[in-house]
Amino acid sequence: MLSIKNLQAGIDDKQILKGINLEVNAGEVHAIMGPNGSGKSSLASVLAGRETYEVTGGEVYFDGKNLLDMPVEDRAREGLFLAFQYPVEIPGVSNINFLRTALNEIRAYRQQPPIDAKEFLRLTKEKQQLVEFDAKLVNRSLNEGFSGGEKKRNEIFQLAMLEPKLAILDETDSGLDIDALRVVSNGVNKLRSDKNAFIVITHYQRLLEYIVPDFVHVLYNGRIVKSGTKELALELEERGYDWIKEPAYSNS
Amino acid sequence: MIITTSLYDQLSALYADKETAANEGFSRLRAAAFDSFSANGFPTAKNEEWRFTPVAPFLKEAYHFQPAADAVSDGGMADLSALDAYEVVLNNGAPGKLPSIPGVKISALRDVLNSPAPQAYLGQSISLSQSSFAALNTALFSDGLLIEVEKNTVVDKPVLITHAYNAAWPFFAQPRLLVVAHRSSKLEFIERYVVDGQQALFVNSVTECFVAENARVDQYNLQVTPPNFHLVNFTQVSQRADSLYNNHTYTLPGASLVRNNLHLDLQASNTESHLYGLYLAGGRQLVDNHTLVNHANPHCFSNELYKGVLADAARAVFNGKIMVQLDAQKTNAFQQNNNMLLSDKAVVDSKPQLEIFADDVKCSHGSTLGSFDESSLFYLKARGIGESSARNMLVKAFAFDVTRQMPLAAVRDCVEALITEKMESLYEPA
Ligand SMILES: Nc1ncnc2c1ncn2[C@@H]1O[C@H](COP(=O)(O)OP(=O)(O)OP(=O)(O)O)[C@@H](O)[C@H]1O
Ligand SMILES: [Mg+2]
Repeated sequence: MLSIKNLQAGIDDKQILKGINLEVNAGEVHAIMGPNGSGKSSLASVLAGRETYEVTGGEVYFDGKNLLDMPVEDRAREGLFLAFQYPVEIPGVSNINFLRTALNEIRAYRQQPPIDAKEFLRLTKEKQQLVEFDAKLVNRSLNEGFSGGEKKRNEIFQLAMLEPKLAILDETDSGLDIDALRVVSNGVNKLRSDKNAFIVITHYQRLLEYIVPDFVHVLYNGRIVKSGTKELALELEERGYDWIKEPAYSNS
Repeated sequence: MIITTSLYDQLSALYADKETAANEGFSRLRAAAFDSFSANGFPTAKNEEWRFTPVAPFLKEAYHFQPAADAVSDGGMADLSALDAYEVVLNNGAPGKLPSIPGVKISALRDVLNSPAPQAYLGQSISLSQSSFAALNTALFSDGLLIEVEKNTVVDKPVLITHAYNAAWPFFAQPRLLVVAHRSSKLEFIERYVVDGQQALFVNSVTECFVAENARVDQYNLQVTPPNFHLVNFTQVSQRADSLYNNHTYTLPGASLVRNNLHLDLQASNTESHLYGLYLAGGRQLVDNHTLVNHANPHCFSNELYKGVLADAARAVFNGKIMVQLDAQKTNAFQQNNNMLLSDKAVVDSKPQLEIFADDVKCSHGSTLGSFDESSLFYLKARGIGESSARNMLVKAFAFDVTRQMPLAAVRDCVEALITEKMESLYEPA
């Protein structure tokens, strides 16, 4: 589904991603861990198409299409979703109108008619219950005045509404209390299928007990330096990152 | 300094004619006003208040002072058919059929110049030496509208004033509005413009609004006009104790020149005032909003929010002055001006001016200038929303922050629809 080969990217003259290789297949969950500043969010941003990053090398294919050639919105329309580490607040844009617009633009791209009002309402209700997202928040301005946890939950609510093929969750667990973590993880688990895939960026093994990954990768200094199974996360939790600072040339 | 001699000569001749013809109790006021205009002439860039707004290029036309055509009002651009209102149309400045409104005297100004309200209020609150255009209007206006609301009268429907213009040649119009809301009365009025024809129109309008003790006036000004329209608008508001005044001024793409002057004189204590403005400009438009809130008495509250969206090579000026006089203790005065630039050729000159002489006051002001927020745009696009709808959403969110302050839903809907429509044409290709 996603094939990243030797991806290099940076901002201005600073190189941040220094040759990333990663293969993600349908039905898989990949966890990416790594110390602060190692490039995890940068990788997510580059995949989503943020223009502040300049791609300097490598290639990325998403379902056989060249992802790096697509504008941001087309990547989303093709089924890529990024749950932001820091979701922005946009006063004056209502959550619900934003979602309807997003959904309909994605549908238009796929040559589907706009969703009818009743169906949209039903879908909203269903997904909102799935991730236990407060109905009052649905009608407010996008993330405006939301608590940290509410913003993260809103990301998962949007994920549930848009049903992407590949979802990248950037530290969605940070700032969530234990109940919220369970709710969000349950939501993700219910959305998992053999047709979609997840890349979960996290600092905490705790999340991976709920969302059990097939693979765990360690990103360090712009490279994936180690890959393994879920046991690797446990080991990292115990031993920290110091023992794996040499690049690993193999990849899952 | 006189910059357009021929226009000035014409105006002098017009004034001389008026003087010999007039049989009204205003000759002294008119003479003082014309002297003031003669002494100062049309403002130039040397005048600090007009530094960024050259009017000379708009005064070069061979203006006439009679329209020589009938105005046609066909509903125009601000469609307010959903509004249940008392309607008045000013055809090239002269009122047509007048509605009858319980508790309200509504008249063509020329018919009532010698009656008590004009005699008591007209020209009483404007500093003629400070405003040449207002002085010129005072010297030469020939008609307009008087709206006088009796005390304790709550006018049940808003009054919709349509300024309809259609001239056979370049036309210089000077309409005058006098609004008097007596003690404990309530009035909402809306002004909009309908312009037919291609001839240059220069409208130098003056509105005086007196809000008596415990009265409330809501004024809306919807400026949706074509490029041949040039407007210099002067609104002087005087508020007495415990009164409330709200102003909503909207300037949408079209007119090549709009200069709004809005002066509030808080003449007694415990008044409340809200000033909301939105300017959306494209092409080579020049939109200038000058506001002055004069806190001369204690315990008054004023709040001002003006926002601007500028595309193409549009220019905007915002100058917001707040005076807090020595006696005006416990003043609360707030002001905010936010601008969004959609093109790097657009220019904004934003100047908040606070002059505070009292010590126990709460005042704040802020001015911002920005473009699209990159992270917001990215967030929207990362959800599959295309570039232009994402920009649309952000501009609307920015602008609707002001429009939602309009309590009249029909006017708000009309303005929001116009903004949505006009905005489509404002973007530069991304
Ligand atoms: N806009 C930017 N300008 C310059 N450098 C940046 C910018 N954004 C990120 N970086 C740098 O890129 C590197 C990687 O940052 P990134 O946010 O991808 O790290 P991360 O692995 O997500 O860290 P964390 O665990 O703290 O979220 C850091 O050194 C960071 O300072
Ligand atoms: Mg990060």
